[in-house]
Amino acid sequence: MSDIFRRDPRAEWIARNRLHPLYQAIQQGPVYGPSGLLRKNLHGIGFIGPNGLKRIDRSGDSSGEMSGRRGGGQAQAAVVLPLHQVSEPDFTIVVALDLVSGRLNGHDKDTLGLAQQLANRDGANGAVIALAFGELKDDTLGEAGVDRLIHLSDDQYNDYDPEQRCSDLSAIVEHFNPQYVLLPDSINGGGDLGRRLAAKLSLRPACGVWKVDNDSIVCRGSAGKSDITRPLSRLLLVMEECSEPVSETRHEQLALTVESDRAVSKIVDHGNVKVDPNAIPLGEAGFILSGGNGIADWSGFHNAATVLGATEGASRVAVDDGFMPRTRQVGATGTWVTAQVYIAVGISGAIQHMQGIGQCDKVVAINTDEGCDMVKRADLSAIGDSSEILANLIGLVEQHKAGASKDVA
Amino acid sequence: MSHNNLTMVSLVSVGEHPASGRPRRAEQDARAVELGMKLAGDDLQTLYAGAADNEQATGALRSYLGMGLSQIKVLDLPEQADAMLGLVEYFKGHFDNHCPDIILTGVRAESGESSGMMPYMLAEQLGMTVVSSIADILSIDPEAKQAEVLQALPRGQRRKVKVSLPFVASVDMAAPEPRQSAFGPANRGELNAEQGHSEDDVERSTWQTAQAKKRPKRLKIVKAKTAADRFKAATAKAAGGGGKVVHGTEESAQAIFDLLLEEGML
Repeated sequence: MSDIFRRDPRAEWIARNRLHPLYQAIQQGPVYGPSGLLRKNLHGIGFIGPNGLKRIDRSGDSSGEMSGRRGGGQAQAAVVLPLHQVSEPDFTIVVALDLVSGRLNGHDKDTLGLAQQLANRDGANGAVIALAFGELKDDTLGEAGVDRLIHLSDDQYNDYDPEQRCSDLSAIVEHFNPQYVLLPDSINGGGDLGRRLAAKLSLRPACGVWKVDNDSIVCRGSAGKSDITRPLSRLLLVMEECSEPVSETRHEQLALTVESDRAVSKIVDHGNVKVDPNAIPLGEAGFILSGGNGIADWSGFHNAATVLGATEGASRVAVDDGFMPRTRQVGATGTWVTAQVYIAVGISGAIQHMQGIGQCDKVVAINTDEGCDMVKRADLSAIGDSSEILANLIGLVEQHKAGASKDVA
Repeated sequence: MSHNNLTMVSLVSVGEHPASGRPRRAEQDARAVELGMKLAGDDLQTLYAGAADNEQATGALRSYLGMGLSQIKVLDLPEQADAMLGLVEYFKGHFDNHCPDIILTGVRAESGESSGMMPYMLAEQLGMTVVSSIADILSIDPEAKQAEVLQALPRGQRRKVKVSLPFVASVDMAAPEPRQSAFGPANRGELNAEQGHSEDDVERSTWQTAQAKKRPKRLKIVKAKTAADRFKAATAKAAGGGGKVVHGTEESAQAIFDLLLEEGML
């Protein structure tokens, strides 16, 4: 076919006349102007709103309703990131992951991000080998930057056994001879494992690394009071936010298998000890039941905290009124908490209190007032009388515990 | 609870106040001494490796003596020396080529590199086991050569482990607070200096140390392709109004119960 653009004066005429019976049929395809330029049909954009006015939504949210060119057919598909493949790596980087409760956390992702940065700097062709111990629930390791995965999943890795892990890691380091070994410098096992490895292999580690510039690194020294600039070393224990996590590529996550020798273990895990929830410092507690002005029945509140196994907290009003000690106060003027679950009972949510719970993961509000600030912030809000709801909750929890103990017996 | 046939050594260092930078009793080391005194009483040996003639360091060491120790052994090493080598030599020389049964240290020093490697290196060199960040030693069984140790975990949790002797334990901030330092005992206690042997830490002399800078706050990177997306990312509220609201007593209790179960809190 010839490339010459040919006008169709009749079609143009129909396109100009919205009352023409063939107008709808002509409007199907793209419309070209006399010079061959693509013409946007402005009448086709947008939709008629509820009160009869034309609305144009440019955010792309209401794609279903839009009748324009970017209409419903072009639904927002999940973006597939480009796959980064390393078939024959020039060198390798080993990363031992923390995997708290079997999932990658932010610290792990930052460590993998730094590993990828080191593997690909100046056009280098390195592969990142991740080492996972025990249970692995996360299947997004490839998106976090894992080129190769070694997963040691025997039962023995479910217990605390740092010597076994250290012996496996050192065997892997000897086998692959990686250019760098990276671990998160965390209290979840990474810091301990990295230091054990350093002692075993007589490597001098760089601890608390928070910045990598070409061949020099910056580490926190003097328990956080000084910055040490030193050359890049082979074993790096990195801090959180040392690098951006991988976000633009997908990685292969090829499984590798290694044999692991049983190490002689001089540390035997006897499991976690039951701790009194109120002995845990408020700032560290993972589960807080916090009471405020709306509580009439304080003994019921204390009982609920005991049954749930939650650390007790309080709003400022409850403390000022003498129902709770000052050390239990949550908020900007008290303790800033980091709980995973925070239950606010009868707390309306003063701004100081909201600041204090800013880092909490899941917030549950129990309140009589549906319009209060705490309900707006909460992930789950229960509207009703707090003492009745807590009594019901205690019943459910006791029933659950009884059921669990029956299963065991 | 005193174990006469066990040798227990606590290693102390000179701490640094986080704000003023003045030398002081290091917090974790003081906890280690407290734990050692609880277990071994007067038999606890306390050891410091560093310059003996440094006046400020001596002041800090005196505050350990003020806890009721009769003496601290000072392994005299030059400022630039690697304390590790000196300590290994000391232990090999003084314990008939055996190591003490328990060595207590802090998790990391309050000055210098503070890498926290000391307990690990010492354990490796002396052939001991290492237990990190402990909160307490519950019991020691000299016959079975085992000890029950409570380890500090994040979120205030504790783990009980059985460790075979001899071991090195690093004492965490979760351990019981150390007793106060008293002026009289601090002055009466002795600092017994002994010449140590070590080599200079050459690698460390090439490093540059500066006052810690505040780390830059991580920025939210918006990778929007279109102007509309960028505008939305800049103006949108942070996921507000996503909460579920439940009415009714029983339904509420059930919803909260389900959430707690999902989060693994029960």
